[in-house]
Amino acid sequence: MTKNHVKIENSECKGCGVCVDACPKGCLTIGKEINEQGYAYVKFDSENCTACGMCFYVCPEPGAITVYKAEKK
Amino acid sequence: MTTVIKHQKPSAFYDEFFRKGPGQKTTHYCPGCGHGVAHKLVAEAIDNLGIQDRTVFCSPVGCSVFGYYYFDTGNVQCSHGRAAAAATGVCRTLDEDRIVISYQGDGDLAGIGMGAIMHAANRGENLTVFFINNAIYGMTGGQMAPTTLLGQKTTTSPRGRTAENEGYPIHMSEVISQLEAPVFVERVTLGDAKGVMKAKRVVQKALQNQVEKRGFSFVEILSPCPIGWKMNSMDARHWITEKLEKIFPVGNLRDDTKEPAPVSIPRMKLTDEELIDLFKSGEVESVKAGSLLNEQLVKVAGFGGQGVMSASALLAKCAVAENRHATWLPSYGPEMRGGTANASVVISNEAIGAPVVETPNVLIAMNAPSLDLFEESVQPKGMVIVNSSLIERKVKRDDVNVMYVPATDIAIELGSVMTATIVALAVYAAASGAVSVETMQKMIPSSIKRKNLVDINLKAVEAGLKYYKEHYQK
Ligand code: SF4
Ligand code: SF4
Ligand code: SF4
Repeated sequence: MTKNHVKIENSECKGCGVCVDACPKGCLTIGKEINEQGYAYVKFDSENCTACGMCFYVCPEPGAITVYKAEKK
Repeated sequence: MTTVIKHQKPSAFYDEFFRKGPGQKTTHYCPGCGHGVAHKLVAEAIDNLGIQDRTVFCSPVGCSVFGYYYFDTGNVQCSHGRAAAAATGVCRTLDEDRIVISYQGDGDLAGIGMGAIMHAANRGENLTVFFINNAIYGMTGGQMAPTTLLGQKTTTSPRGRTAENEGYPIHMSEVISQLEAPVFVERVTLGDAKGVMKAKRVVQKALQNQVEKRGFSFVEILSPCPIGWKMNSMDARHWITEKLEKIFPVGNLRDDTKEPAPVSIPRMKLTDEELIDLFKSGEVESVKAGSLLNEQLVKVAGFGGQGVMSASALLAKCAVAENRHATWLPSYGPEMRGGTANASVVISNEAIGAPVVETPNVLIAMNAPSLDLFEESVQPKGMVIVNSSLIERKVKRDDVNVMYVPATDIAIELGSVMTATIVALAVYAAASGAVSVETMQKMIPSSIKRKNLVDINLKAVEAGLKYYKEHYQK
């Protein structure tokens, strides 16, 4: 992917929804699928992500979210 | 166009939390818990400051008891409430460039550990304390904490906390900032994203202060406990902004860091020589070691006033003077006099693991209850010295070596009943050779606190030796 985006580590998300609420651009939603820990994990689907990192900082899980920023080569 | 990683798991975290179990990358915290957020902020600040290799993380008792699962730093897991005291020890033991973090919850810091945190703050330790305030005891099932709000229902304040019944919530940041020594005190919130971003800066600032050796920094973090509060993750965050922040307003309460950083904080440290001097009052002549064939597990038991404690401590000191390893572990009842008192002494040629003596190979029983209590525990072929002045019965066991010594009668004759245990100890030293009688004589002047009793104790040693020679020496 070449745009700003967020990668969710599905197996590390506990589905608390805090990132969903924190994202100013509405990029995140709780999905329907359940991970091996039994949580419905978050999905990223948006063109509007600014890579602001808000979702990353409010997320209680160390490795559930990684934020990528687009850069000109 | 391409993409670069802008925010990712800090490297101060372990890649996998292997202590928690194999293959695990998630925390043990409940979904939506504030601890994970606070951990992330601390870990990222450690990364940003480049201090991972010299950081020691002191974790408390409470939900965050397993800090060492997560932080790839030095770790100490402290007794309940004592993290700030343990952290002080770490601060003063390691060299000046160490970074020490005390991470504590409200039950730990403001409940059981109130004394420890107040004194650490008051000493102005160059230390950073992160205080997680979630207004409840989380780990043990939602009991009332010192920071529980008035009206807040918990399992131990089921009708809601009242000032009349349970007192007021304690404002730790305000309390700490009243002390003279702390340099930085701030309360932050994890109630919303804006608060988290602010907390991120404050957490790093509090660690930066320590890097600059400025002194004591304290950050109170209002943190969600959805499980303890019986709320979902978002309601818990709203409850922080709507309720918790009203009682615990966020903001800086103290910042003395605008001043230039001190060059270094002078700390008085005792040298090894000074320490040795502290523990011996006066010079001890060099001693010759006896032959210690096997490890001595000695139980000395009697009642208060027989000199059980001072005599057993003397035994351990003699062994140390002879370059052995020795431990002394006293055990008192609550009574000052009349109750039983006993001490365990271990003497060994090698380092001693545990100072506890459960199956002694030497028992010095100074009164009848002590013999009754410990006779069965003596190892076969062990030595039992019986104070026959006060114990009328004989030893029941036939697989131990018994010596009957009228220690109290001898001591009374010398003029001090308190030397009875010294008499018995001299018999033990002469019979076992575990420490030499000469060493006892050399150690008594520096070991006896009341100097007017030195002579009489020396006489007690002689009397014990004489009794042994006349009755038991083969
Ligand atoms: S980086 Fe910012 S904009 Fe992008 S998903 Fe996260 S919170 Fe939303
Ligand atoms: S905040 Fe983290 S754990 Fe919670 S839903 Fe979002 S990605 Fe999952
Ligand atoms: S009980 Fe509360 S503080 Fe403890 S892990 Fe669960 S949410 Fe976090």
